[in-house]
Amino acid sequence: MTAPPAAGATADAAPAPRAGGRRPGLPPTVRYLGGRVLTALVSLLAVMVTSFFLFRVLPGDPVTALTQGRAVTVEQLEAMRRDFGLDQPLPQQFLDYCLGMLTLDFGTSYQYRVPVSDLILERLGPTLLLAGTGTLIAAVLGLVLGTRAGWRRGSVMDRVDTGVALTLWSVPSFWLGLLLIVLLASGAGLFPTSGMSTPGVTGPLNVALDVAHHMVLPVATMVAVVYAQYMMIMRSSLVDEAGADYLTTARAKGLRDALVLRRHAVPNALLPTVTLIFLNLGRVVSGVILIETVFAWPGLGSLFYSGLRVPDLPIVQALFVVFAGSVILMNLLADLVYPLLDPRVRT
Amino acid sequence: MSAAEAPAAGAPASRRGLAWARRRRALAGYARAYAANRGGMAGLAALLLIAAAALAAPLFIGPGDLSITDAPGGRFDPPGAGAPLGTDAYGRSVLDLVVWGARISLTVGFLAAFVSVALGTLVGVTAGHFGGWAGNVLMRVTDWFAVLPALVMAVALAAVMTRSTLTIIIAIGVTAWPATARVVRAQTLAVEARPFIERARALGGGHAHVMLRHVLPNVMPVVLAQTTLLVAEAIMMEATLAFLGLGDPATVSWGGIIQDARTAGAISSGIWWYMVPPGVAIAVVSLAFTMCGRTLESVLNPRLRERQ
Repeated sequence: MTAPPAAGATADAAPAPRAGGRRPGLPPTVRYLGGRVLTALVSLLAVMVTSFFLFRVLPGDPVTALTQGRAVTVEQLEAMRRDFGLDQPLPQQFLDYCLGMLTLDFGTSYQYRVPVSDLILERLGPTLLLAGTGTLIAAVLGLVLGTRAGWRRGSVMDRVDTGVALTLWSVPSFWLGLLLIVLLASGAGLFPTSGMSTPGVTGPLNVALDVAHHMVLPVATMVAVVYAQYMMIMRSSLVDEAGADYLTTARAKGLRDALVLRRHAVPNALLPTVTLIFLNLGRVVSGVILIETVFAWPGLGSLFYSGLRVPDLPIVQALFVVFAGSVILMNLLADLVYPLLDPRVRT
Repeated sequence: MSAAEAPAAGAPASRRGLAWARRRRALAGYARAYAANRGGMAGLAALLLIAAAALAAPLFIGPGDLSITDAPGGRFDPPGAGAPLGTDAYGRSVLDLVVWGARISLTVGFLAAFVSVALGTLVGVTAGHFGGWAGNVLMRVTDWFAVLPALVMAVALAAVMTRSTLTIIIAIGVTAWPATARVVRAQTLAVEARPFIERARALGGGHAHVMLRHVLPNVMPVVLAQTTLLVAEAIMMEATLAFLGLGDPATVSWGGIIQDARTAGAISSGIWWYMVPPGVAIAVVSLAFTMCGRTLESVLNPRLRERQ
């Protein structure tokens, strides 16, 4: 898991009287932070390079794909290639791509003819809304159920909860989504089958209600498939704590079982869980692709999928970097948050 | 365990025989511990049943039954006498399709898990054994692969290469190995710290000897459990890629059937028998592998066994 800061571990929590750690000058926290940030930047660079070369080998020529079924002259094709920069030699294209990335200019989409950064900004909101709501509900549900199951490990409730969670975890999310559409949307007509909003709805309250109505099925699908991992993490880390001496002490003091759990066991068991939740968060953004495809949710996932078909190089390249970048960012945050949460790592 | 008895003078069997007897005893102990777990046994039984059905499929499903042009049934026949689970858009029996799909799903699942576990074990053991500069570089490469989102990466790879089952296996294998590499490296470090490795070195064992004869056998239990869990993941990924239309169009797979059902409009017209069976099949197989993997893990890892 996330390594505790080995470099800064030698210094005290109060470094002032000791006149610094091994290396005078830089406080250990700064060196720890700097190291983590540097590692993250190197990873991001590697991802950018991968993204460029990975998608250059995509079969199919974007220009012919875009002009399919239309009578075009050779001159027009050449002009399009020139517009897209595809007539340049590969090293030149790579240089342009790198320079563009540095200024957050991801180029212009081949199919929509708008800057990719605008497209991403436009689609980011829906994806974050869906992924955020889903993760929040799944994490809370998972933590509550995991605590319940881990504290009464081996009980009937534990077995039932674990069994249900593992079964749902084994269900393909796209299939569950389709099933929910059949049963509740096109069948019972309780929810809309796709999209994020109904055209013609006005007023802030109505729009919010409309979006919430559209969100029910995608979020339910996501939560059902995903909550098991949060639950299993919480359960096993609570089980890890179960034999600890401080719990025996707490019980010996005469604390009620519920208090022992809430005040002593859960805070300690939460530490590894929170780290793992952060590590998972980065994957959520790319994991939502499938759900967006099934429910035609106008987010980054469906944008990526539509870009892959052309292939719309600027879109897929940029989104690959965004998806991988969110994993890197969350890993970094997990590394940075851990010392704040766990004083034992700090000292 | 019984290693102390081995050097006793006048031991009845050869050294090799003793070693085998010890292994047999250990294996029998694991088998007993495994059999005591009901979930694990249920998973194993389900897997054996499905594997048998997949292997026997060619005996009762002819090529004509799966042909798009001259399948026996009518279009979208509801479940009935001829086809217990109804027929699809081309008149093929959905039951036949699902049974046939098990062949692809299991093959891809096993091979992809094998590819990624082999790769992960190689990298993990090497990085753990050599440590230092080389190990660091290997782990940095692993970290970099671990950051790439698996689904996005697999989708991209499957789109880049020709559409075939092999492509799917490679795409899954290449994206899933970093987790194994990390687990194996941690285990290798733990094993290498133990005194018998030092003894082997002192007796003149080289890198290859230590890695193959001492580290690998001790890492294998972890790897085995990891493989079982990975198969479930690989089957899910295969179905996902096939559902996204990136699978081999010529083969019948569970994800592909769901995709076909979706494009044929089964969703809106309520033809549930076209869509439900393949999804249930994926869920059952993936759950069975997960149960087996978790049970194996708890049997082979004494720390986990105590907790159960």
